[in-house]
Amino acid sequence: MSKKSFRQAINEALRQEMRRDPTVILMGEDVAGGRGGSAGTPDAWGGVLGVTKGLYEEFGETRVLDTPITEASYIGAAAGAAVTGLRPVAELMFVDFVGCCLDQIMNQAAKFRYMFGGKARTPLVIRAMYGAGFNAAAQHSQALYPLFTHIPGLKVVIPSSPYEAKGLLISAIRDDDPVIFLENKVMYDVEEEVPDEPYAIPFGEANLTREGDDVTIVAFGRMVGMANEAADRLAKKGIGCTVIDPRTTSPLDSETILDCVADTGRLVIVDESSPRCNMATDIAALVAEEAFDTLRAPIRRVVPPHTPVPFATVLETLYMPSVEKIEAAVTATMNHRVTEKV
Amino acid sequence: MTPDITPITMPKFGLAMTEGKIAGWLVEPGTQVTAGEELVDIETSKITNTFESPVAGLLRRHVAANGEMLPVGALIGIVADAAVADADIDAFITRFQADFAAASDQPDGAEAADEPVMMQVGAHSLRVHDRGAGDGTPLVLIHGFGGDLKNWMLNHAALAHGRRVIAFDLPGHGGSSKDVGPGTLAFFADVTAQLLAHLDLSRVHVMGHSLGGGIALTLARTQPALVASLTLIAPAGLGPQINMDFINGFIEADRVRGVQDVLKYLVHDKALIGRRMADDVLRYKRLDGAEAALRKVAEACFPGGKQGDDLRPVLAAADMPATLIWGQADEILPVAQADGLPGSVTRHILPAIGHMPQLESATAVNEVVEAFIGHEVATA
Repeated sequence: MSKKSFRQAINEALRQEMRRDPTVILMGEDVAGGRGGSAGTPDAWGGVLGVTKGLYEEFGETRVLDTPITEASYIGAAAGAAVTGLRPVAELMFVDFVGCCLDQIMNQAAKFRYMFGGKARTPLVIRAMYGAGFNAAAQHSQALYPLFTHIPGLKVVIPSSPYEAKGLLISAIRDDDPVIFLENKVMYDVEEEVPDEPYAIPFGEANLTREGDDVTIVAFGRMVGMANEAADRLAKKGIGCTVIDPRTTSPLDSETILDCVADTGRLVIVDESSPRCNMATDIAALVAEEAFDTLRAPIRRVVPPHTPVPFATVLETLYMPSVEKIEAAVTATMNHRVTEKV
Repeated sequence: MTPDITPITMPKFGLAMTEGKIAGWLVEPGTQVTAGEELVDIETSKITNTFESPVAGLLRRHVAANGEMLPVGALIGIVADAAVADADIDAFITRFQADFAAASDQPDGAEAADEPVMMQVGAHSLRVHDRGAGDGTPLVLIHGFGGDLKNWMLNHAALAHGRRVIAFDLPGHGGSSKDVGPGTLAFFADVTAQLLAHLDLSRVHVMGHSLGGGIALTLARTQPALVASLTLIAPAGLGPQINMDFINGFIEADRVRGVQDVLKYLVHDKALIGRRMADDVLRYKRLDGAEAALRKVAEACFPGGKQGDDLRPVLAAADMPATLIWGQADEILPVAQADGLPGSVTRHILPAIGHMPQLESATAVNEVVEAFIGHEVATA
């Protein structure tokens, strides 16, 4: 066990699964990168942010495949490879590029099991970076997990820390269904203790990162860390927060969310994706329908405005959820008083 | 320090603890407390423990609120005589917090080194935590089925005075490699002997809990020269009966809720089993090979749902100093298995305590062990 970054944890998961199972392959734009260039290494890039660095050297060109810049072709090829016996991990680089290959994901990979009467297995993982805060502008900053969550047949994973990333990616690779694995690009250098051995974290079971009696906060990916910090600050003011990291949006552990809301009676959802039809609206609907009587205050959402992600740093900061915005939402829900109807 | 003001600080339950959460104050400000009176419940990553007042006096302040997570040593409350002015207490708190913040910025080299290390012992990679120094015969701690060296978190540091105290993760457990060979007590006793040889130890006190107690007894049978004494906490090997609902449930549970339910068998006070304790167990159980190792051990040691090893003859031989600690309310191995042993084996039956007295009644266990092996050393 040692401290590892989010980047190292993902790299280690890929490496260990590739060692364990020869059918696991990588494909994507620049997953090796820069072959034949002047850098002096066989994989000058190792992924655009260095996540797959070193894997080309260990596993070679038959298992680490640099693809042309044609998402529709290589995501389609990965889906085909998955139904014919390999376990491809295809990297889409920025999730924003999904527009170029959505048919391969939505109408092909996601539908194979259903359309072939349960006889097809599609053990495909698509890795992609998401999220604002990297000053990467509107076409490289979106948090598109609601889009995938909307499509039956896909599993959608959003790791919130290095430990979570390694265990969830190993589960994704071992899973027999298509899995969308989304990495927040701001988190690659975040470090924590991560076991050296392989381990698998099951899908569909939420993790509670804080426990408190007053307010339930549901947060995803990078937002979990912000929610934890807000919860720690609020604890000093005597407000106890439970923080739920659902880990996967599909399947969603609605049972844990409903149990915690029943205990606290108050719910704040932190979601950095665009606010219309996102996870915050989905969970708000779930709780309104299933647990209305346990609520002591209106559900609050900490979400960005319904605009493209701004490039200007000050505007991008303003756009994003923050620890302060979470604190304010929790405080507001605590201060809510039910007005007597006459 | 102002003599009339006693700061109550976040305690350190074992050296692994770096922070704790105020799970709940048991005493309100303005209450007169006695030394040893239960003040506050502190939740660590492993267990919730009650912290007792170190002094008698008037509890004046809760500096930390319920639910707050704080580093060890942080100020959580103030005990002071009624005569001390509020302004003096405020000044004391301000000064303490400033000093504490300054001290926290210092690098903590000495303690950082006191951590478990990985050792290659024969074919096994073992996680070993070697603490303390001195002339006393070293003490080796052997945890039970599904456990790890953190099971000794409330005992290890407390016992590491004047002697080395070595805890380790058995193969298949904790951070050690997951190959358990045939999974038998004899196998684990052999690995323990290999570890002692690796550490150049020719004679040690052995303390074992549950399955680890069975391993200690087996080691005393196979390599009696190695064992100076046996401290057995609810040990395996003294009767056929074992709660297989716990064993099978522990192996099969793969979600927090299931694990939490199974862990409740381990203690009498069920409130001790927090979600974080279950998280910790799951972190281990998720490792590749952990579940298979546990199955192998269960099949080898508990064939047909009964304990397969009868180790009573080891204690009947009577030339081995031995003491037995058992919780009266043990739900895994019935306390009746402590009956019918030779009179030379001292028995400590702890009322209203479950299968893990070393966690649930750490102070009492530490006192028994200190008295037992301290005495043994004195007469050696």
